[in-house]
Amino acid sequence: MSANSFAGAPHAHDRDSVPRLMGAVLLAILPATVYGFFLFGWPAFNLLAITVLVGLLCEAGCLWLAGRPIRPGVMDGSALLTGVLLALSLPPWAPWWIGAIGAGFAVVVGKQVFGGTGQNIFNPAMLARVMLLVSFPVEMTTWLTPHPWWSGTAPGWLDGWLITLGYSTATDGVTGATILGHVRTELGMNHSLGQILPGHYQAGAAALGWTGGSLGETAEWLVLLGGLWLLRRRVITWHIPVGMLGAVLVLASGFHLLDPQRFADPVLHLLSGSLMLGAFFIATDPVTSPIAPLGQIVFGVGCGVLVYIIRTWGGYPEGVAFAVVLMNAATPLIDHYIRPRAYGRTWSGKPRPVPARAKQSPLARKSGVDARD
Amino acid sequence: MRLHDFRGGVHPPSRKHLSAGRPIESLPLPSRLHIPLQQHAGAPALPVVTVGQQVGKGELLAREQGVTSAPLHAPSSGRIAAIGEFTAPHASGLPLPTIILDTDGEERWAEREPPADPFALSPEEVAHRVGAAGIVGMGGANFPAAVKLSKARQAGVHTLVINGAECEPYVTCDDQLMRERAGEIADGIAIMLHALQAPHAVVAIENNKPEAVEAMSDACRHDARIEVLSLPSRYPAGSAKQLIQLLTGLETPAGGRGTDTGLLVHNVGTAYAAHRALRHDRPLISRIVTVSGGAVPEPRNLEVPIGALAADLLAYCGGVSDERARLLMGGPMMGQPLPGPQVPVIKGTNGILALTPDEIGEAVEPSPCIRCGRCVDACPMGLLPLELSKRARGEDWEGIQALGLNDCMSCGSCAYVCPSHIPLPQYFAYARGMLAAQRREEQKARRTRELMEQRQARFERQERAKAEAAAQRRAAKKPRTAVLEADED
Repeated sequence: MSANSFAGAPHAHDRDSVPRLMGAVLLAILPATVYGFFLFGWPAFNLLAITVLVGLLCEAGCLWLAGRPIRPGVMDGSALLTGVLLALSLPPWAPWWIGAIGAGFAVVVGKQVFGGTGQNIFNPAMLARVMLLVSFPVEMTTWLTPHPWWSGTAPGWLDGWLITLGYSTATDGVTGATILGHVRTELGMNHSLGQILPGHYQAGAAALGWTGGSLGETAEWLVLLGGLWLLRRRVITWHIPVGMLGAVLVLASGFHLLDPQRFADPVLHLLSGSLMLGAFFIATDPVTSPIAPLGQIVFGVGCGVLVYIIRTWGGYPEGVAFAVVLMNAATPLIDHYIRPRAYGRTWSGKPRPVPARAKQSPLARKSGVDARD
Repeated sequence: MRLHDFRGGVHPPSRKHLSAGRPIESLPLPSRLHIPLQQHAGAPALPVVTVGQQVGKGELLAREQGVTSAPLHAPSSGRIAAIGEFTAPHASGLPLPTIILDTDGEERWAEREPPADPFALSPEEVAHRVGAAGIVGMGGANFPAAVKLSKARQAGVHTLVINGAECEPYVTCDDQLMRERAGEIADGIAIMLHALQAPHAVVAIENNKPEAVEAMSDACRHDARIEVLSLPSRYPAGSAKQLIQLLTGLETPAGGRGTDTGLLVHNVGTAYAAHRALRHDRPLISRIVTVSGGAVPEPRNLEVPIGALAADLLAYCGGVSDERARLLMGGPMMGQPLPGPQVPVIKGTNGILALTPDEIGEAVEPSPCIRCGRCVDACPMGLLPLELSKRARGEDWEGIQALGLNDCMSCGSCAYVCPSHIPLPQYFAYARGMLAAQRREEQKARRTRELMEQRQARFERQERAKAEAAAQRRAAKKPRTAVLEADED
């Protein structure tokens, strides 16, 4: 018969492939992205276009340099996803060069230097975000309150490009700190949460995304919806999101009960910043997270704990990117120590002794016939 | 009885509807049968017939060599045309020693002497007769059944598990056998229980075969020792290790045997063959084979003489309708791709499939592993297939063994789910081959070293003997000098 007669078993495959998985993740984040465009207008769209374009170009360039097939590498969707996730984690009106440098760094230094798809240690988008935050603190913390398209204050297409290209100072009038940033500043001035939050924070508004923040971190409910769909579609498993959100929930609840004036309540933590995006879309990046379910729980909990520590006691108001990158570094270690127990072996790998009940048939009790010994 | 669970596994589309429920038909007798001497684990059988000899149906063609081996019998009456080499039922397409029988169409049986009452025979005698009938594991493992029965009796096995799970997609031969010949299977189970001296038997059937469950329940109702169980349908529930785990929650210890758990697993086809052997003195000369797949116009369940060619079966089912089809012996998960249709059916053949490219899945080039861990979730043995394949690529033979390569049973679940389409089992097969070659090299080197050392020792012995002889000669010649020397000391 045909030449592929000699291909080995199995001679069947389920329908998922890497491009399909990446496509599913992109589809899941699409609603939150589109909502982000609504809230922040043309500059947000321009920024995403820039990160995606630069990401894809860098990917193609690196593959060309390495002498590897360009088409399958670019078409697997991983560079596209990196570009989108990076854009979602940037201030929506960031200038073009922030997006370009970030995307280039993410793809070249974050991924291709390690050997390309599947070889990188750190989540490329988060690595780029950390680099940008450390290098360009002003541009990376210029948040603006939402200017929905229908509000009349949104910039037009041309103004949008002017903002993106850095020729417009329109941002000056409309910026404000994120809730997490505001809380941090005010707490530093010895104000209590009871004085800080009223007027600045409403859980409902936070969940709906009517707050300042990165492009993709404001619409928590759409992010959550996308994440749940990914769970249902079995693109991701529950272990990392539950571990991460659970850790933040437990820590925030505990400290909030200890001192409600000093520590923000768990709902504020869950609905603020990029925690939801991080838990479902970033920490779950398969390449940089552990492979065994138990390891994934450890990884998720580690991310959550670090996020809470950084938010509460660290030098930055938000810590998802730092937490994920730090736990990425721990992934090889987690994978080394946490493995599934192999069939017929103990956790240490020795042959597993058969328990005494093996001497009796599983049928013995029911049929009333005694086993022989 | 409460069922337990096993780790991992996959749910490939079963596609059993193509042939399920189709009554067993007999394949018209081919004019020529090709009976490979190696159809079982262990040493190939040794021919006892000569070219040109007339043989009756069921007559011994080749006897077993050694303990783990099985005899072969004539699937039909006729004349031995040749004893030579013929394409093996294996992907390699390499030739294997084969007896070629030209059938005369008379189906003339050699004399048969069935025992009056199999239960009056000693357990040893029953096992012996099972062995003499050439019965091997019919689920595809091809391990001689008599060896398993004897060892299990000595190990004190209390429960015989009759495996009717048939978890491979497409294959329905066991299903149909249970539907149509449940009484004979039940009798075979009773005979095997006698050979084992075991008090219990379980017939385990995946719940996608309700008719088979019903038929077997009816047939076993009169025997309180036998329980028929319906299992959840998940590949590889029919693997002996996973089946034991499903039934008892126990795991076969690594490097141990299934019988360590007090259970012995045999295929339903084996129980049926035991019935035929002990009640009618009929050796294993035919079996039920499912012919199916998208490229088979009329999928069927056929009763086929051992040695019929896949081409004979396919022709009876309307040929192969798609020239791009992949021919398989066995199911799609673990089956062997065939080099062509001119390959004989052997005792362990449960299916001949012709799958269209569409059924196999689009031919996707493997892409880099994204560490998604789906293979880890799917592995029923709790291994890390992605790490194993990485070691195989890096030729890290120590590392791959430390990660449990020997525990892998090549079920293919990992490759089935891999979104990067990495051919994981092929990497493992490659590693196994390299390790085997390494062991052979080491053995050779050790043997060479031993011979060198022996040679060295022999030389030294000779030198010593020479020196001693010289000393003695000197001593004999000059006794006085020696005395003088001694005095000087």
